Amino acid sequence: MRTEENILVKLKNAGIKQNDKWLVKGVSLEVEKGKIVTLIGPNGSGKSTTAKIALGIYKEFEGTVEKFTNKIGYVPQKISIDWTLPLRVADFMVLTDDLNKGDINEALALTGVDHLIDKNLGNLSGGEFQRVLLARAISRKPELLVLDEPVQGVDFTGEIALYQLIKKISEKLNCGILLISHDLHTVMSATDHVVCLNGHVCCSGSPIDVAKDKEYKALFGEQASQTLSIYEHKHDHVHSDDGDIKQKN
Amino acid sequence: MFDDFFIRALFAGIGVAFVTGPLGCFVVWRRLSYFGDTLAHSALLGVTIAFSLEFNIALSVFISSSVIALFLIQLQKKTNLPGDALLGLLAHSSLAVGLVAIGFLSFIRFDIMGLLFGDILAVNVNDLLIIWIGGAFILLVLKLIWKPLFASTVNYELAEAEGLNPDRAKAIFTLLMAAIIAISIKMIGLLLITGMLIIPAAFARNISDSPKGMVIFSIIGGLLSVFIGLFSSLNFNTPSGPSIIMAALILFIISLFKIKQSIKLKN
Repeated sequence: MRTEENILVKLKNAGIKQNDKWLVKGVSLEVEKGKIVTLIGPNGSGKSTTAKIALGIYKEFEGTVEKFTNKIGYVPQKISIDWTLPLRVADFMVLTDDLNKGDINEALALTGVDHLIDKNLGNLSGGEFQRVLLARAISRKPELLVLDEPVQGVDFTGEIALYQLIKKISEKLNCGILLISHDLHTVMSATDHVVCLNGHVCCSGSPIDVAKDKEYKALFGEQASQTLSIYEHKHDHVHSDDGDIKQKN
Repeated sequence: MFDDFFIRALFAGIGVAFVTGPLGCFVVWRRLSYFGDTLAHSALLGVTIAFSLEFNIALSVFISSSVIALFLIQLQKKTNLPGDALLGLLAHSSLAVGLVAIGFLSFIRFDIMGLLFGDILAVNVNDLLIIWIGGAFILLVLKLIWKPLFASTVNYELAEAEGLNPDRAKAIFTLLMAAIIAISIKMIGLLLITGMLIIPAAFARNISDSPKGMVIFSIIGGLLSVFIGLFSSLNFNTPSGPSIIMAALILFIISLFKIKQSIKLKN
């Protein structure tokens, strides 16, 4: 499965230095078609910065970035629409691409916000806004999706449903996903590869390996990796017949 | 038909309003009103150059405003001063340099009031051609860069990440700003051009709920301001620029009642 043609973006020893201080350094990772790579780490550990390097938003950085696709969907971590700009959901959906009505409605329906299409963006709740952001990113049918904390502000059940949706999208569109999250336990069922950052790569590997890693425990505490195992247990229970399980023990 | 100065002024105003409408929306959205002021103030320098070298005024103003814009970008890179301080620095110093230069050109008669506040009597057929052809060109270019410009107005990183090249769109937009100032300076005057960009757009914001709607209402607001302003300028013998801007202000005040209503409805 691991062939060079499947690689969408590849970072090699990438980093950014600002005023003699490294924001993040020595990050190497690659996102392949149909795979989900998750970046985790505490606040200020360089997760968003790494994603922006991969996206080409930063022009000056160390190391190398190779991008093999131009069809990219991006959900930024923070986006503020101020009142001076009247923007409905329908206008926002066609922000970077001309889409037909069918595609717009389909994407909004997938994230469960198709009823909001005529609403003003400023009147949405935090969770609704995140769903619209996600819908916009997937509506372009991208090859690479970069999701920076895509479910912030979404209620817990919605959060799990959205992560399942993200997993489904990666299978359906066969797109690679670079996902940023600060909690491993909600994303772990969907993730193929985890990179744990704290200014540099602490550890990386499959979700289970990372959870057991002592660097991860040092960063997030013993509690976190226990929560994870409890959750994992629950998870095994719920999805006991989807064939994924043998991978996890 | 264009023999009558008033008809000429009216058509010049209509042409200007069609262009300031959409550009003004971007000025409001991107918070560029002070930037527009700076470019407009630097236009005086362009006018003096045009007079002393017997050069076309619009072209000269376009060039001087573009140079000031480029200079501003360089200053922003080189210094740590905040953007508004740099804008103020450039606006007032270019105005000062322009006025000093006029002092040296004592052999030419200058209508300073006309330059600062606009003069409908000064609009000739040549100016009309510049406004309509130049204006059509500005709108065409704006249409071409609409997507990247608008997307980066909403969120720069999103536009950049999804491959829209927002930096190029921004640079082109800066040139369009210099161009609209160049073609409307005779009509509105350099102290009031930014008003023509901002006030109709602000009026439009109060009564619209989508970007395209705001652009259309901004054009309508500009057209109404030109009609009302020019007719009252003719009747009361007031300078054309201030009359147009005052008409725009009255429209804006009327539009305030509309937002109050819609806010009430939402609650």
